[in-house]
Amino acid sequence: MRTWVWVFSVLVVYGFVLRISADQNARTERISGSAGDVLEDNPVGRLKVYVYELPSKYNKKLLQKDPRCLNHMFAAEIYMHRFLLSSPVRTLNPEEADWFYTPIYTTCDLTPTGLPLPFKSPRMMRSAVQLISSSWPYWNRTEGADHFFVVPHDFGACFHYQEEKAIERGILPLLQRATLVQTFGQRNHVCLNEGSITIPPYAPPQKMQAHLIPQETPRSIFVYFRGLFYDVNNDPEGGYYARGARAAVWENFKDNPLFDISTDHPTTYYEDMQRAIFCLCPLGWAPWSPRLVEAVVFGCIPVIIADDIVLPFADAIPWEEIGVFVEEKDVPNLDTILTSIPPEVILRKQRLLANPSMKRAMLFPQPAQAGDAFHQILNGLARKLPHDKSIYMKKHGQKVLNWTAGPVGDLKPW
Amino acid sequence: MKFSAWQQSYANKRSSSFRASSGPLDSSSDGSIKSASAIFWLVLHCLCCLISLVLGFRFSRLVFFLLFSSPAANIYTAPFRSASDLAQTLTLYSTPAATNLELPAANRTAGITASPNSRVVVGRHGIRIRPWPHPNPVEVMQAHRIIERVQKEQRLQFGVKHPRTVIVVTPTYVRTFQALHLTGVMHSLMNVPYDLVWIVVEAGGATNETASIIAKSGLQTFHVGFRQRMPILWAERHRLEARMRLHALRIVREKKLDGIVMFADDSNMHSMELFDEIQNVKWVGALSVGILAHSSQTDEESSASVIQKEDEENRAVPVQGPACNSSNQLVGWHTFNSLPYVGKSATYIGDREIVLPRKLEWAGFVLNSQLLWKDAEDRPEWVKDLDTLDHADEDVETPLSLLKDVSLVEPLGSCGRQIMLWWLRVEARADSKFPPGWIIDPPLEITVPSKRTPWPDAPPELPSNERAVTNVQEHTVKHSSKPRTSRSKHSSRSKRKHDTKIVEPQLPVRHSEN
Repeated sequence: MRTWVWVFSVLVVYGFVLRISADQNARTERISGSAGDVLEDNPVGRLKVYVYELPSKYNKKLLQKDPRCLNHMFAAEIYMHRFLLSSPVRTLNPEEADWFYTPIYTTCDLTPTGLPLPFKSPRMMRSAVQLISSSWPYWNRTEGADHFFVVPHDFGACFHYQEEKAIERGILPLLQRATLVQTFGQRNHVCLNEGSITIPPYAPPQKMQAHLIPQETPRSIFVYFRGLFYDVNNDPEGGYYARGARAAVWENFKDNPLFDISTDHPTTYYEDMQRAIFCLCPLGWAPWSPRLVEAVVFGCIPVIIADDIVLPFADAIPWEEIGVFVEEKDVPNLDTILTSIPPEVILRKQRLLANPSMKRAMLFPQPAQAGDAFHQILNGLARKLPHDKSIYMKKHGQKVLNWTAGPVGDLKPW
Repeated sequence: MKFSAWQQSYANKRSSSFRASSGPLDSSSDGSIKSASAIFWLVLHCLCCLISLVLGFRFSRLVFFLLFSSPAANIYTAPFRSASDLAQTLTLYSTPAATNLELPAANRTAGITASPNSRVVVGRHGIRIRPWPHPNPVEVMQAHRIIERVQKEQRLQFGVKHPRTVIVVTPTYVRTFQALHLTGVMHSLMNVPYDLVWIVVEAGGATNETASIIAKSGLQTFHVGFRQRMPILWAERHRLEARMRLHALRIVREKKLDGIVMFADDSNMHSMELFDEIQNVKWVGALSVGILAHSSQTDEESSASVIQKEDEENRAVPVQGPACNSSNQLVGWHTFNSLPYVGKSATYIGDREIVLPRKLEWAGFVLNSQLLWKDAEDRPEWVKDLDTLDHADEDVETPLSLLKDVSLVEPLGSCGRQIMLWWLRVEARADSKFPPGWIIDPPLEITVPSKRTPWPDAPPELPSNERAVTNVQEHTVKHSSKPRTSRSKHSSRSKRKHDTKIVEPQLPVRHSEN
């Protein structure tokens, strides 16, 4: 008799506990990606990173010349350097390091209007690699296979803003074996290597926090987008910019009251995103944009219109369950697609977006916090460990990379 | 990511234009510039330059693309952009169009696609527009249903946790403007996201007219008649309304309705945030009410003087409500300052003067219905029982008469700083006639031909008929603030674009052609 009473009370207690935790989870939902529940993993202790000491002409001097580099969407390279310098994963002993980081700011050469020029970046990178291969033995040991570089430019290490030129150049030959941490991601594209880590572009966290509105403000905008549809400066005839997808969005939905789309620059851009259910994230000249980060932070379901795109931390974050993917050829039917999503699915996506670990993983806060994008990068690097024995060069002095490949202009010293 | 720093790339592009345009051909023919196809492209390029020079605008080589290819069924390209960019862009524009011309010929060429396996092609794409690029009403409705569901979920998560029923008390009576005011309140109440009970107390007994207006709401209503008829003088009307509201409170007590009692007078305006805010009340709450004191006077001098006499603070809408100190505690009340209006306020309904509110209006108070119940155990000691008010000789001006201790009233709307409802009294004259139920049945007998019609063969106007029309209309329509026009003129006025003269009711001396 006693035992039954005990069993019963245990069951009752268990039921209460479940109910309490279920209540708490009603607002958010756990995120389990293909790599498991890894957003909250702590990389400290799982890897060691050695930071090369490069002369300041590769990093600090560039920043001094143009401090705008700290605020634009390519600033991840600078903040990653600062984070690693003071992180517990840093080691001062290169013999025990698993990964080697080269602090070089390749996207800090800006035009007067603030856009980066990539023309000197290949030479800068080449010169840096020459420096580290001659001053330390670790590059030659593996020909760069256990080194990683942060290249957040439009097409990553192809170092060009125009896609055809970037494809022509391909990834810099010297970086073919290294791991590239880049914002660009598109499947079957020359500028995305197997094993690269895709990261979100930098978006200023304080600016976004400053524009938060109360959570109970009802979401009354169905679809929201602000940005260019036609780029008349660089693509006057249309059809080139965004592979015609943005123009198709405009032509099909400009008179649709459900679609709040325009090229305005409102001061209430962030607040409006928080009042919208879907936020369009179409490709531009490159498939990625900070809109994805903004949509995730503000709880607006991202509608990604970019064929074959690889989204940030794709192995850790299940983007199919969080966002809506629309092929570029289906853009004219965008309204049908969005209205035919069942409301339960929409609510589930919103719950996944509300998960704070999701929002943290997209941001680069200063100082770094647990679970933020810096830690996700380190988690990604840690998941690639231990290094395969085959990356080490068999014979001393054996060279696999072709140091003279690439356009002639790249071979000039920097 | 593109930018117009083409100064830098300009040089590159110009020099490489020849190289690039013959680039893809290099893969096929291992040639130099002297190969036949290269010469062909060169000639084509020169031809396009010449054509553009002749035409005077940028001639797009897209034409050749369309000539050589047959577009797929659903693909429409945007119309040609004869851009204002002129010959300069011609020279810049080398590689993309040239490579695209080859698209129809050979489906994929090495230089264009991102990689041999990719299906994503770099280069010019058509802009897909579906055959009828306009919203589909079925989808719009579905989208609205989705929005409602999302907002309901938001309210569940972030809004009031246990919303209580809202019990709305409205005194009304049949008059000209009743349909106007009551429909306004009804629509506001229909949009409230909480459970609602509407108690409509009608002076002069419950009538079918009021019942037919209320029936359209779809809300749970109690339509109650009150035996006395509404008097003409404003002061007496305020008193009767107070007694009608007490009658409604007795109904709440009898039926033991549970919720929050609010007083929505039929000519007031309520915002939706009001209903969210009153859910926060515990026992008795007070709100700020904006007073829209309306005057139908057309005499500008008197209204100007009134405005001057008003306080500097009251230049905006005067507000009645709770007053708080800096620690958000109730310390007093803002009431309506009626001194500037002494002697100038309306005394009877339909008077053209300003209608003034009482010191504190009933609309600015909300009560927890449990205060009114007969044997409520939780009722605080500082609340009197409703029965004691029945025998009181003096008027019950505000619900504060129910309380022994006024300082325990809770100020709502961030301590009265938010104004979520507005008080207004606009009435027609008591003897004004209006069609019962606002339905014109049988149809009107007198018809007048339109003075100015868009149809050229209409007969000219008949001066004698008009005078008769204006006389008849004088009787039927009493008060309106718009200038008087006959129906026919009003309808045709909007159709004439160049005739903007406003026609007086008196006969015009001349009339323009039809």
